[in-house]
Amino acid sequence: MKALLEVSVQESDFDLRILQGSLLRGAAEEGGVATFTGYVRGSNDQRGVSTLLLEHYPGMTERSILAILEESAERWPLLAARVVHRVGELAPGDQIVWVGVSAAHREAAFAACEFIMDYLKTRAPFWKKERGPQGEHWVDARDSDSERAERWQAQQ
Amino acid sequence: MLRVLFFGRLREELGCGEIEVIADDSCRDLDALQAQLCAANGERWTRALGAANTIRALNQVMVSGNAPLADGDEVAFFPPVTGG
Repeated sequence: MKALLEVSVQESDFDLRILQGSLLRGAAEEGGVATFTGYVRGSNDQRGVSTLLLEHYPGMTERSILAILEESAERWPLLAARVVHRVGELAPGDQIVWVGVSAAHREAAFAACEFIMDYLKTRAPFWKKERGPQGEHWVDARDSDSERAERWQAQQ
Repeated sequence: MLRVLFFGRLREELGCGEIEVIADDSCRDLDALQAQLCAANGERWTRALGAANTIRALNQVMVSGNAPLADGDEVAFFPPVTGG
């Protein structure tokens, strides 16, 4: 069966329980669901963060995340994979991103969930700007994120 | 026409999020378009677009290296992405 793939880019918050349920196709094929939820940190590189602004490239964002999900479904036998990513103005503690994967066995679910998150960090066109007591500034990309994504290319 | 978009820090540095460019021979490919934008807009654009980490996308797909352009294409310039 073809994996069910879905991408949502939205300003509104999301409900973890509803999202987890959306991965289950009711055919009792799912052996497991692996999920990752990202939250806005209250500090970054020792700077306080009061507001996080997320800019994105409408159209390319959805398209690039879907391409990541398609690649994950080619690499592992997945039943469903879904990404929800928020944009706009967020505060520390807010949910920012959710990745969920269902599969017959845990190995595929764990690996695909990590792969999707690692690729999303380096391929999906989002840009973070932090506001805090020391003013505002654009967040720099981390080499460690590129290295994590490259690790998957080596395993191809 | 070519639709040219800028995002993130780059958009702020240029003070510009989107422009339209006539798709003539002076911007037949990405390198030519970038050279034309820099020549027309000066030092600030040359520095920002020419930064080693600036990423280019053609029709919403990241490209490394040069690529030919055609009328109706959408080009974007942006800094390394920081989502997730």
